[in-house]
Amino acid sequence: MNVMSQTWVAIGDLTEIPVLGARCVKNGDMTIAVFRTADDQVLAIEDKCPHKNGPLSQGIVHDNCVTCPLHNWVISLETGRAQGADEGSVRVFPAKQEDGKVYLALTV
Amino acid sequence: MTRQKLVVVGNGMAPGRMLEHLFTLAPDTYDVTIFNAEPRVNYNRLMLSPVLSGEKTYEDIITHDDAWYADNGIILHKSAKVSGIDRGAKTVTSENGITASYDKLVIATGSSPFIIPLPGKDLDGVLTYRDLDDVEKMLVAAKSGGRAIVIGGGLLGLEAAAGLKMQGMEVTVLHLMPTLMERQLDPAAGYLLEAEFVRRGIEVRTKANSHEILGTEDGKVRGIKLDDGTIIEASIVVMAVGIRPSTDLAKATGLDVNRGIIVADDMRTSDPDIFSLGECVEHRSMCYGLVAPLYEMAEVIASNLTGGSSTYTGSVTATKLKVTGVDLYSAGDFAEGEGREEIVLRDGAAGIYKRLVLKDNRIIGAVLYGETSDGPWFFDMLKKGTDVSVMRDTLIFGQAYQGGDPLDPTAAVAALPDDAEICGCNGVCKGKIVTAIKDKGLTTLDDVRAHTKASASCGTCTGLVEKLMTATLGDAFNPQAVKPVCGCTHHSHDEVRRLIKVKGLKTIPAVMQELEWTTSQGCAKCRPALNYYLVCDWPDEYADDYQSRFINERVHANIQKDGTYSVVPRMWGGMTSSKELRAIADVVDKYNIPAVKCTGGQRIDMLGIKKEDLPGVWEDLGKAGFVSGQAYAKGLRTVKTCVGSDWCRFGTQDSTGLGIKLEKFMWGSWTPAKLKLAVSGCPRNCAEATCKDIGIICVDSGFEIHFAGAAGLDIKGTEVLGLVKTEEEALEYVVALAQMYREQGHYLERIYKWAKRIGLDEIRQQIMDDAEKRQGYFDRFVFSQKFAQVDPWSERVSGKDKHEFKPMAAFSLEAAE
Ligand code: SRM
Ligand SMILES: Cc1cc2nc3c(=O)[nH]c(=O)nc-3n(C[C@H](O)[C@H](O)[C@H](O)COP(=O)(O)OP(=O)(O)OC[C@H]3O[C@@H](n4cnc5c(N)ncnc54)[C@H](O)[C@@H]3O)c2cc1C
Ligand code: SF4
Ligand code: FES
Repeated sequence: MNVMSQTWVAIGDLTEIPVLGARCVKNGDMTIAVFRTADDQVLAIEDKCPHKNGPLSQGIVHDNCVTCPLHNWVISLETGRAQGADEGSVRVFPAKQEDGKVYLALTV
Repeated sequence: MTRQKLVVVGNGMAPGRMLEHLFTLAPDTYDVTIFNAEPRVNYNRLMLSPVLSGEKTYEDIITHDDAWYADNGIILHKSAKVSGIDRGAKTVTSENGITASYDKLVIATGSSPFIIPLPGKDLDGVLTYRDLDDVEKMLVAAKSGGRAIVIGGGLLGLEAAAGLKMQGMEVTVLHLMPTLMERQLDPAAGYLLEAEFVRRGIEVRTKANSHEILGTEDGKVRGIKLDDGTIIEASIVVMAVGIRPSTDLAKATGLDVNRGIIVADDMRTSDPDIFSLGECVEHRSMCYGLVAPLYEMAEVIASNLTGGSSTYTGSVTATKLKVTGVDLYSAGDFAEGEGREEIVLRDGAAGIYKRLVLKDNRIIGAVLYGETSDGPWFFDMLKKGTDVSVMRDTLIFGQAYQGGDPLDPTAAVAALPDDAEICGCNGVCKGKIVTAIKDKGLTTLDDVRAHTKASASCGTCTGLVEKLMTATLGDAFNPQAVKPVCGCTHHSHDEVRRLIKVKGLKTIPAVMQELEWTTSQGCAKCRPALNYYLVCDWPDEYADDYQSRFINERVHANIQKDGTYSVVPRMWGGMTSSKELRAIADVVDKYNIPAVKCTGGQRIDMLGIKKEDLPGVWEDLGKAGFVSGQAYAKGLRTVKTCVGSDWCRFGTQDSTGLGIKLEKFMWGSWTPAKLKLAVSGCPRNCAEATCKDIGIICVDSGFEIHFAGAAGLDIKGTEVLGLVKTEEEALEYVVALAQMYREQGHYLERIYKWAKRIGLDEIRQQIMDDAEKRQGYFDRFVFSQKFAQVDPWSERVSGKDKHEFKPMAAFSLEAAE
């Protein structure tokens, strides 16, 4: 890992993501879900529920968490950890928005 | 010692404050020369809004008058914009040819309004809001009346809008984001603010994207066109969408400039003899747009100009909106997040909303609306990082509540005199409620409402009434007996539905505010419920919130275990044709759909479709006349039929035809839970009508209407609603029943559970015996169908919600962790 360097890659405009919604970014075989919160933070996690791989990008977003569309696990968008009684976690990726542009940290 | 020469470029609020400090610290160190592009002395820019609204005059807001400059020996060049700095010769020169030399130079050029590069931006009547000249132009325009459009629902835009309204103009605010002042306020406070502006007669359009400013032939503003094609007529357009630090001069001079002029902690630019402060600077990657930080900078420069070594380390800012009668305060970071806790206080009746965000027992953010007197107190603790754990429970009530014994709320109610009014709407006082509880043996809130009317109207005194019941009945009263919708509220579904109507609540933030939700955004349980209630109650006015819908309803297809989707088109009453089947076969081939199945609902399911392919699949199906089967909806699903009198030797009526009529009449309607119908041609019941939500059994004498069956998680035969003679009646009664259920059902409550709760007799009485009620239900259903019967697939084929169906970007890089 340490030979790689992390760069911010622009993936589009903030307005392309609905408030309290998500868009997907394909990265090779992996899909990353990029969420936009009520106060315009962007948070990114792998689009794969720790329970049974449900597409988290399709869930309902609330309180910086997403409820998985398949069996209602609630996953924190910040830590990737399942909330409440459920256990498991999903990968989290650094993401940010600046002046309406959304960036994702990728290693090159 | 000879005096040094200090030259200041720009005469705004920041350098004004700096000079005050300088003259206090060391009055005789510098000969000061100021160049100002504006033709006037220093005034308080913050107070332009009261000047615009007419509450103050220019004279009232002057900070330094001509005498002040004279007294301090300052040379002030008015209307003199500096156009060049010669760092070698240490001189500055203005556009009108004045040159001055300096030992130390301070650049304080402030910022300039951002102009959106729209077609028509140069028309006469397109204004900005930055200085007194702008205000004067607006005041001239206001004299001739007409409409003003303000682009931008931030601090400046709203102040401009309120001012122009007070000057008698019609005003429309266009704001790109869903809620006003979204950078300072969370959606709940943004909603309250919008409601207040609307109350003042200012039109607010959120999510409004301007497309073009329209002009007359002689180059004057005539109106604006939005992206959605709407045209709004107006005589002026005020752009208040943001500011940009004014850095042209510094850039041309060769100083380091990024977004703003870069300064170090000692407020020096990349040239040690040149300082800079105010909105034009960038310090530690931050540019500021409020005066508080600038004042801190001013102190630092004044000290450093007189031999000190002060440093500026950045500021935390708080915002207040200065519109008379609107109390609003926001500070710090109020985003939600891991390890953060929020304390929310809502008082729907008084229009108060307060939210504190805590982390590690310290306030990190505050939003106050309606009552802001504690803003500075919270802000002070925020800045100091005060540990608030000891006063946590009473913190939100403000400074006045700290220290003394917190009064137990039930004891407080018990201590009220008998003639204290509890319910304002119905004028019910405490004595009457207590007497009713004792004499009539009332034990539930609903009983108290029925007998006294207390809390039966707007409901805001419910809490008081409950406390009074606790005080009177002790443990015999358990207010928790009503099951709340979810953890975000103490209201039950019934309460929420009742209050939405009584209070005329028409948005999710409105419900959450007025009904005092304890979370800021609700959860995956309450949001879909609220969305349904609002769609049902305000079909023409409510804008469906797709982010509050479960994925299937959001994209109009059923999600499958592997993240693909299934597509089920309508086959009206289960009938199909070779043309339809051929179209399905073609779609299956074209999109390599892995599975095709006959459903239990008499139609065909195509399973395993990739999300990206959905619009294509729908487009092809749409060409063959198919619409969505809504197999995903809490809404009308299928109407199963049997072949009936058309073919069957026992058929008594045209069950297929009636089924198709019902489906065509009712498709698209949203219901509390899914709604499935069936029509059988005779009591042999081949369409299984007697286990459906609503079923019809055709008989020789007419149509027997059934309802409240179940054949899923529970199994239950239907109940008979009644017998009607004609097909028209059958349709009318079924539709009325469906509407009654729509208006009363709890979200996710199937019709059999609703019927059990309401009582079968009550339903029979209203639908079969009360013609007026039935007609009312029927009419309301028909009205709502005007808005509901839009095929969601064809809408999406023509581009709606495009973002749902394709990735935002694609890479083949590794993602960092
Ligand atoms: C496709 C189908 C099975 C089939 O292959 O035949 C089906 C498939 C599903 N049913 Fe069903 N039900 C199907 C007919 C039925 C029937 C029979 C009927 O409608 O006559 C019933 C019993 C009657 C009833 O509705 O109660 C039925 C009772 C359920 C239930 C239990 C509901 C209940 O309140 O008891 C669920 C679970 C739920 O809704 O929470 C359910 C849920 C589901 C879901 C939506 C599960 C889910 O949430 O993903 C399945 C979606 C599959 C998909 O993507 O298409 N399905 N389901 C049938 C589609 C009918 C259609 O054309 O629209
Ligand atoms: C309507 C309105 C309401 C506001 N309300 C609030 C509020 O409630 N709270 C708050 O904290 N802040 C508020 N602000 C922001 C606040 O006014 C600014 O932060 C503050 O005025 C910035 O001070 P400054 O000295 O950096 O710049 P300015 O006050 O903008 O002064 C810059 C001056 O430099 C002049 N200038 C520019 N270039 C040159 C040049 N080359 N040569 C000579 N002169 C030049 C300009 O003409 C201008 O007069 C408000 C602003 C406006 C417009
Ligand atoms: S019975 Fe219905 S919900 Fe259960 S597996 Fe079959 S289709 Fe899915
Ligand atoms: S796959 Fe996400 S909850 Fe089951």
